[in-house]
Amino acid sequence: MAIMTVIEAVREAMREEMRRDASVFVMGEDVGRRGGVFLATQGFIDEFGEERVIDTPLAEAGIAGVAVGAAMAGMRPIAEIQFGDFVFPAFNQIVGEAGRIRYGTNGTVNAPLVVRMPYGGHVRGGLFHSQSPEAYFAHTPGLKVVTPATPYDAKGLLKAAIRANDPVVFLEHKRTYRAVRGEVPDGDYVVPIGVADVKRPGDAATIVTYGLTLHYSLRAAEVLAADGVEVEVVDLRTVSPIDRETVLKSVRKTNRALVVHEDNISLGVGAEVTALIAEHAFDSLDAPVMRLAGPDIPAMPFAPTLEAAYMPTADKIEAALRRLLEY
Amino acid sequence: MTLTIIELPQVGESVTEGVISKWLVQPGAKVRKFDPLLEVMTDKVNMEVPSPFTGTLIKTLAEEGDTVPMGQPIAEMDVEGEVPATPAVTTAAATASEPTARVASFEFVDSVRSVGPTGSGEGGHGRPDALQDAALATPAKLSPLVKRLVGQHCVDASLLTGTGVGGRVTKEDVLRFVEESKQRAALPAAADAAALPVVAEATGTIFALTPLRKTIAQHLERSAHEIPAAWTMFETDVTGLVAYRDAQRDAFALEAGVPLTYLPFTAYAVAQALMANPLLNGRWTETGIALHEHVNLGLAVSTDAGLIVPVIHNADMLGVGDLALRAHALIAAAREGKLKLKDVQGGTFTLNNTGALGSVVSAPIINHPQAAIVTTEAIIKRPVVVGGDAIAARSMMNLCMTFDHRVCDGAEAGKFLADIKARLEAIGEDSSLL
Repeated sequence: MAIMTVIEAVREAMREEMRRDASVFVMGEDVGRRGGVFLATQGFIDEFGEERVIDTPLAEAGIAGVAVGAAMAGMRPIAEIQFGDFVFPAFNQIVGEAGRIRYGTNGTVNAPLVVRMPYGGHVRGGLFHSQSPEAYFAHTPGLKVVTPATPYDAKGLLKAAIRANDPVVFLEHKRTYRAVRGEVPDGDYVVPIGVADVKRPGDAATIVTYGLTLHYSLRAAEVLAADGVEVEVVDLRTVSPIDRETVLKSVRKTNRALVVHEDNISLGVGAEVTALIAEHAFDSLDAPVMRLAGPDIPAMPFAPTLEAAYMPTADKIEAALRRLLEY
Repeated sequence: MTLTIIELPQVGESVTEGVISKWLVQPGAKVRKFDPLLEVMTDKVNMEVPSPFTGTLIKTLAEEGDTVPMGQPIAEMDVEGEVPATPAVTTAAATASEPTARVASFEFVDSVRSVGPTGSGEGGHGRPDALQDAALATPAKLSPLVKRLVGQHCVDASLLTGTGVGGRVTKEDVLRFVEESKQRAALPAAADAAALPVVAEATGTIFALTPLRKTIAQHLERSAHEIPAAWTMFETDVTGLVAYRDAQRDAFALEAGVPLTYLPFTAYAVAQALMANPLLNGRWTETGIALHEHVNLGLAVSTDAGLIVPVIHNADMLGVGDLALRAHALIAAAREGKLKLKDVQGGTFTLNNTGALGSVVSAPIINHPQAAIVTTEAIIKRPVVVGGDAIAARSMMNLCMTFDHRVCDGAEAGKFLADIKARLEAIGEDSSLL
């Protein structure tokens, strides 16, 4: 198996799908001649030409709107929003239009587009390059929201997203792009949307997480393992729809749960997971479900000390786990 | 050839562990994919687990008699052909699916940092975690899980010593207490045995417990501990039923291919009576009596291995003929050890034909957590006073019932049995039930 970074896995997924299916094309700011600001589409314009690798103006509402229209007309566009922080002008096109097309037309029209965007912080990105917008989209039932954290998952899930017949918001954590390397099998495979993955088995407690904090969680679990305590780490991989069975099965086994994410703590994915556990696994709980997430402030700060204060890092996860375990 | 770990597969909803009852393949022997590898005893049913691969069994990691959680490694196998741990690679097709094996490995390399246009920076250490508001300061006395465990093990919660925050009782505290209680309970017996070695040895051989016997014991113990049971009996005149069944027997056997016994008639009457008396088809919970929309009728079946209760699902929607076919198939499967897990799950009520053994009165134990159990006793011709002062030879059958007195009182229980009785007594030679 090849060893790849997350960004390489994303690139491979798109390249293979564009070779496989002529209706797949990419569009976005600087995706053509520059190959994308993170080089996700590097070399694409030479292989696929300007017709299928389209540089757009700096206008997210236009990017998403064109993608929705093309998708309704039978194409499979991959629209890149250069940073998740810039997606808000396109909100109406994605949430208001794409998410409701199948429902609003009684199933006669669908919009098989993918909106890719780098998101997340702990990269010294400051206010406009660190945001985590997943909860806005996860609240819209017609959208699927995918958040892979490893190269294997990124490639398999992106292929599944491109092949899906409904709109998918595909969130790639910037810090994982080059910091996470891993095995990716040669050839074609998909990872199904909506299926979580137990990244580390354990019996003492369950961490439910996704994105960059998966890696911090695994690190914390490793520290506890040195003390003989095995913590199970569940990677949601898809935050909408959430894989309830995997989450509940794990909590019913371990009886304790810590939900970790980078987005603001209130009214986010963690709130949903916590409610799910409280509602369906109440009888299995030996401690309150705990949450560790970014504080409710408007954005990730730029100053390194403040950024670190915001992030749920491995040492904070470890401390939270210890409190959960001693409860 | 690749060395692969075989795990105990998940065999059904709500089943969390199984007892290895028998290895069907010995270490060193070859086995083909899907051939039976071992027998596992789960909650109620004994089942064969097929081999997931073709190869050679190297070594077993669980002994016969071991209780093993689903997903735990149970054997090592040298697998022929492709490496099962490698994600399957398929051709470029929109139907490609995720490999079933574990996903590829990965690592998070901290030294590689630069990812944004504004460059990288120091992560640094933050302030303490964000769990400031968690309800740690005032822990609840008993968590939901601990409450459940205390109930299950019939533990007096006031005797427990908590080791959690602020002296809170944890799951481990309950389990430790239960374990210690068991050991304490065992002590006097051991002491007695030591004091009277001759008597102890003279008791002779120990009949080893099979997994099924252990399961039966646990279920009945739980029923006896938890359910305040009451008992009642009704006499039923089934002379008309006997006549009808005798008249139909040969034609039915010829047409349906199974013998026509009394069981489908009583099953029919019980299922219909349960629909009219839904409390008896419910079960007790602390928050209320949980009612079931349909009758899933368990049939107590004796097998060489022990008692087992296969279930006819939605029995209220079946006629006598269908019930005869289902019952026949389930009883045959039970005796041949071929029941599937779903065949023994979901029962809402149990019917036990103790009459088949010649019994005329019995006091059955409720199949926990159901509300009641009914037995049909032997049909015996007896002199009975009929039509004023005349005495006639009638075919009589006793209906016995044990019921959970929390779920209902004698009035409802009596009404239910009277309903079954009325339905059975209404059958006569002119009925058309088949």
